[in-house]
Amino acid sequence: MTDAKPVLHLDDIVKTFPGVRALDGVSFSVMPGEVHALMGENGAGKSTLMKVLGGIYQPDGGAIYMGNDKVVMAGPLEAKAKGIVFIHQELSLAEELSVAENIYLGELPRKRFGRVDWATLTERTDAILKKLNVGFDAKTRVGDLSIANQQMVEIARALTVDAKAVIFDEPTASLTDAEKVVLFDVISDLKSEGVGIIYISHRMEEIFKITDRISILRDGQYQGTVATADTDEEAVTQMMIGRTLDLSRNTSHHELGDVALEVRGLSCGKLYKDVSFEVRRGEVVGFYGLVGAGRTEIAETLFGLRDPSAGKILLDGEEVRIASPADAIARGISLVPEDRKGQGLVLGMNCRDNMTLPQVDDLKAGPFVAEGAEIAIFDQYRDRLDIRTPGWKQQVGNLSGGNQQKIVIGKWLSMHPNVLIVDEPTRGIDVGSKSEIHKLLRELAAQGYAVMVISSEMPEVLHVSDRIVAMYSGQIMRTFTSEEVTEDNLIQAISGIKSGQAA
Amino acid sequence: MATLTKQQIGSVLAKQGILIAFAVFIVAFTVANPKFLSVDNVFSVVRSSAILGVMALGVTFVVISGNLDLSVGSMMSFSTIVVLDLHDQIGPLLAIPAMFAMTMCLGAFIGFLVGYLRLNSLIVTLGMLSAIHGLTLTYSGGQNMDIADKEGTWFSVFGQGTALGIPVPIVIFAGLAALLGIVLAKTAFGRKVYAVGGNGTAATFSGIKRARTVFTCYVISAACVATAGLIQASRSLGSQNTVGQGLELEVLAAVILGGASLLGGAGTIFKTVIGVLILGFIQNGLLLMGLQFYVQFVVTWVIIILAVWLDIAAKRGKLWSPIA
Ligand SMILES: Nc1ncnc2c1ncn2[C@@H]1O[C@H](COP(=O)(O)OP(=O)(O)OP(=O)(O)O)[C@@H](O)[C@H]1O
Ligand SMILES: [Mg+2]
Repeated sequence: MTDAKPVLHLDDIVKTFPGVRALDGVSFSVMPGEVHALMGENGAGKSTLMKVLGGIYQPDGGAIYMGNDKVVMAGPLEAKAKGIVFIHQELSLAEELSVAENIYLGELPRKRFGRVDWATLTERTDAILKKLNVGFDAKTRVGDLSIANQQMVEIARALTVDAKAVIFDEPTASLTDAEKVVLFDVISDLKSEGVGIIYISHRMEEIFKITDRISILRDGQYQGTVATADTDEEAVTQMMIGRTLDLSRNTSHHELGDVALEVRGLSCGKLYKDVSFEVRRGEVVGFYGLVGAGRTEIAETLFGLRDPSAGKILLDGEEVRIASPADAIARGISLVPEDRKGQGLVLGMNCRDNMTLPQVDDLKAGPFVAEGAEIAIFDQYRDRLDIRTPGWKQQVGNLSGGNQQKIVIGKWLSMHPNVLIVDEPTRGIDVGSKSEIHKLLRELAAQGYAVMVISSEMPEVLHVSDRIVAMYSGQIMRTFTSEEVTEDNLIQAISGIKSGQAA
Repeated sequence: MATLTKQQIGSVLAKQGILIAFAVFIVAFTVANPKFLSVDNVFSVVRSSAILGVMALGVTFVVISGNLDLSVGSMMSFSTIVVLDLHDQIGPLLAIPAMFAMTMCLGAFIGFLVGYLRLNSLIVTLGMLSAIHGLTLTYSGGQNMDIADKEGTWFSVFGQGTALGIPVPIVIFAGLAALLGIVLAKTAFGRKVYAVGGNGTAATFSGIKRARTVFTCYVISAACVATAGLIQASRSLGSQNTVGQGLELEVLAAVILGGASLLGGAGTIFKTVIGVLILGFIQNGLLLMGLQFYVQFVVTWVIIILAVWLDIAAKRGKLWSPIA
């Protein structure tokens, strides 16, 4: 294996969609045994480039080379047959099927007369799952797995073929730290086998930890490639967005108002137990913990999606029963949900209609929806959140992942809630917009909103919160103020040191 | 560059495929029989499509909300029989609202089962298809229903009258299409119907009361069925118990032909009207060619398959893409 020959080379690729020049002459190559990062803002064209490579889109111009040969990827199966494995940003699993069936979909091992060889299937799958160190087995139904575990199934698929190049499109967006470690092990195994790896992520710390080179896209144009060892976060950010960012911890404090939301002894079956906390107007409270700590479930209870089995919820000092999301919205609660595709958006609807959906009853011009007012709302949040789309008529499903997330955030900010709950608000959002959103959350608090931020990203919680609630397996372990919190004591708290366990 | 144009042509073909096929078809039939595009024939096609069309308008709401309604055919028989019977008992002025109320109660019942009890709409409306048929037979005692004094009633105006030279059924169909088109495209309720059908979970998370939305769709569908029953009864002033039999599939064909997705979330009233007209013209064209009316059953099925295929081809961007 000579170092000089790339496994894969993309030459001058062009791809346009109606109204969007998603890729404008991008060239890019991957060496064997290299982890090559692809970075760029939301909508820069990363996923599109990879879909061209994976045979999902046909390029309007340019060529793909593998070794010395020019190849045409007529479809995903052909790309796979050529050794290109694609792990998508958006999950693409069959929920009703088992883990094993999903992993070997289309290539199930057969016995005579075409019967599926279940024993072999289970055995092979379990071997792969063991390598990935996950807590489920081949026969589990995929629909019963958490998003993170579904992601692991998606990754397991990559290990079944003789891959020449593996594309990871934001694989860690919904993984916990422990799961990430496993993923990085897998990547380094692949690497040592001489596989070329393309790694897309908005998380700088990962990029600098595992990649060898970084290529950068901006508005569909290739900006250049740098060796990871020769650069730093600031330089990469500069190349991506043309400016640098302030990534410091939250030190600003503003006047706190009355208690807007108080929760006393709230429990919901086994999901969480005896939870008490309060959020004041003007305050951002971060909820940090591992996946499964019960944070999302608390948010869902406050939003009327679950019935608590015990305890009280008080809004502005008054005890309330929140029966449904409609009820929660009427009481001034907004929830930016964790799963944008499943819970946040109607993908077939346009951007404007998605954004105004919760308030469509209130935007009236006579018997009709006031479309002018809707467009005004959309324009306002498009500018504020820097949403990249050719216009409000674009279907949300055609937006890049990060821009979809911004639509969900805009949708709930435009409700002007008293209590704003955001669950993993910056999943899949680029560094520039992320810091914008953090700034926005601080600003909203300053205007008197009570804000709850649920996040699995420690820098995010540290950056936005006035106080941090650390949760472990359905219980609040400790509450920190932003002065007393450190990375160490936070990690201790969320790994349940009380019971003597460490993660 | 060559691939680009080929792709573009492919995508235009796939997207407008139904309209193009329709145009080719019209030209072919007009060449074969010049009467086909005569004013008289066009009017007669639209008028005979009106009953089907009115029903399709309501079913469009149900389909966009992500559900099915297979009960509309037998519900239409019910409305027709009931209004004819009540006509002689309490007079047309009371018979019409009474029939509307009864039919809409059936719709509300279906809406309750599907929306509030969360039963599968296919099962519920398939069951209602036969249950309502039984109800109709019970009501009529198995007899055909006839108005005693066919000459002396103004009731015939809905099916046989004209307004400004246009047959009343066409006026009703066009008026209702305009009204429901606006409801679906311009009101908050319409928006919710799309959201509920497009992604029910996201609709819930947006505070939309899904059960109520689905319920309302079925009530609207029933009101349309009642209107269709009114036109039917008024046109013939007498009827069999089975007049609407089989219409549910034709209605569904028209709605799908118009491009509403059976998965919910997509479709418009305008497109459904186009679907109704296409179906009407095709059936009429076959009759003019001298084919027996029962050929229509086969043709309707072929059209559904073609429509669904073109719909899928448009989404995938190619006509031939077998399960890999
Ligand atoms: N099917 C499509 N139809 C129309 N526009 C599209 C389509 N797919 C992508 N786009 C547009 O192409 C551009 C690039 O999108 P892409 O998904 O490649 O961005 P990305 O770099 O992966 O962003 P993110 O970090 O948010 O995932 C965006 O402006 C997007 O709106
Ligand atoms: Mg992307």
